[in-house]
Amino acid sequence: MHEMALAQGILDVALKTAAQHGAVKIGRIKLQVGKMTHVEPDSLLFCFEALAVGSIAEGANVEIEIKPLIGLCRDCGKEFSVSGYYFICPECQSASVEIISGRELTVEHLEVE
Amino acid sequence: MEVKVMTDILDANDQLAHTVNQKLSSQGIFVLNLLGSPGCGKTTLLEKTIAALKADIRLAVIEGDLFTSKDAERIERQGVPVIQINTAGGCHLDAGMINSVISGLDLSSLDMIIIENVGNLVCPAEFEIGEDAKATVLSVTEGEDKPLKYPLVFRKSQAVLINKIDLLPYTDFDLDAAMHDIKGINPEATLVTASCRTGQGLDEWYHWLKTQVKKKQNRSSENGRCKQPKSTN
Repeated sequence: MHEMALAQGILDVALKTAAQHGAVKIGRIKLQVGKMTHVEPDSLLFCFEALAVGSIAEGANVEIEIKPLIGLCRDCGKEFSVSGYYFICPECQSASVEIISGRELTVEHLEVE
Repeated sequence: MEVKVMTDILDANDQLAHTVNQKLSSQGIFVLNLLGSPGCGKTTLLEKTIAALKADIRLAVIEGDLFTSKDAERIERQGVPVIQINTAGGCHLDAGMINSVISGLDLSSLDMIIIENVGNLVCPAEFEIGEDAKATVLSVTEGEDKPLKYPLVFRKSQAVLINKIDLLPYTDFDLDAAMHDIKGINPEATLVTASCRTGQGLDEWYHWLKTQVKKKQNRSSENGRCKQPKSTN
């Protein structure tokens, strides 16, 4: 159940950013979560809600955008959607494939007052 | 007001992991994060590894465990320094935990630290702890479907060891399918099939570890932080 640790990470980033902008209330938090992460969105939201109680992020609307798993072939430059976690380039069969989307665990933006 | 952030949720942990790695790299120490399900044979692999390598490589172990010190006691009997971290129910080690215990080791007299993570194929895959490499142990009794069910841990590992292959005749484990899936998830990983019970295949694992230690020492001396390694054959 590492969602609690992730939720704490989100809260820390949000509170720090809000403080830098002199905000008194965080209304919305937009997250990017890659498809190849071990995150259960409902569990993450539940943990965040519990942790945010008593802070300026209490009651914030947390929105999660799931990012697709996309590979980039380092040999031929082909970008492709990775299915079945098979990281072989469909164009040139190269095994040298970089993940360019799908590993995000990112606070994208906040709406603050 | 909308504020653009684009900060990684694990940023604080990753930064601390980087600090831990720098501390250990300055001593030329290779750090391995050893992962796998409960019961896959991580601790037995460690016992075998220590027995085989301790004459050539000065190593220490950090043991992650939810509540007990059973594994640390097993490692202690092998005669190498060991530090126990109890996560008190926590499902993974994080960089802060490692950072807070490494001062308990005499870093100037080590070539390698192996950190045995909490038995779990999910959470530990997300948390960097200052390692140079991850290795995942998968045992045949878990079933060949596990790489595709838990792809991240296999993708992020530099080595995968399929353990308990002596039990293959007694299970329905499809070794070819498992190897095919692991190679698809991580074509660049070193893949070893072994049995910690019989010793079969372990030489390849030792060779991989020795190569990593050597590489780290070479990198470290290139950076002007030369440390005299213990006699190497």
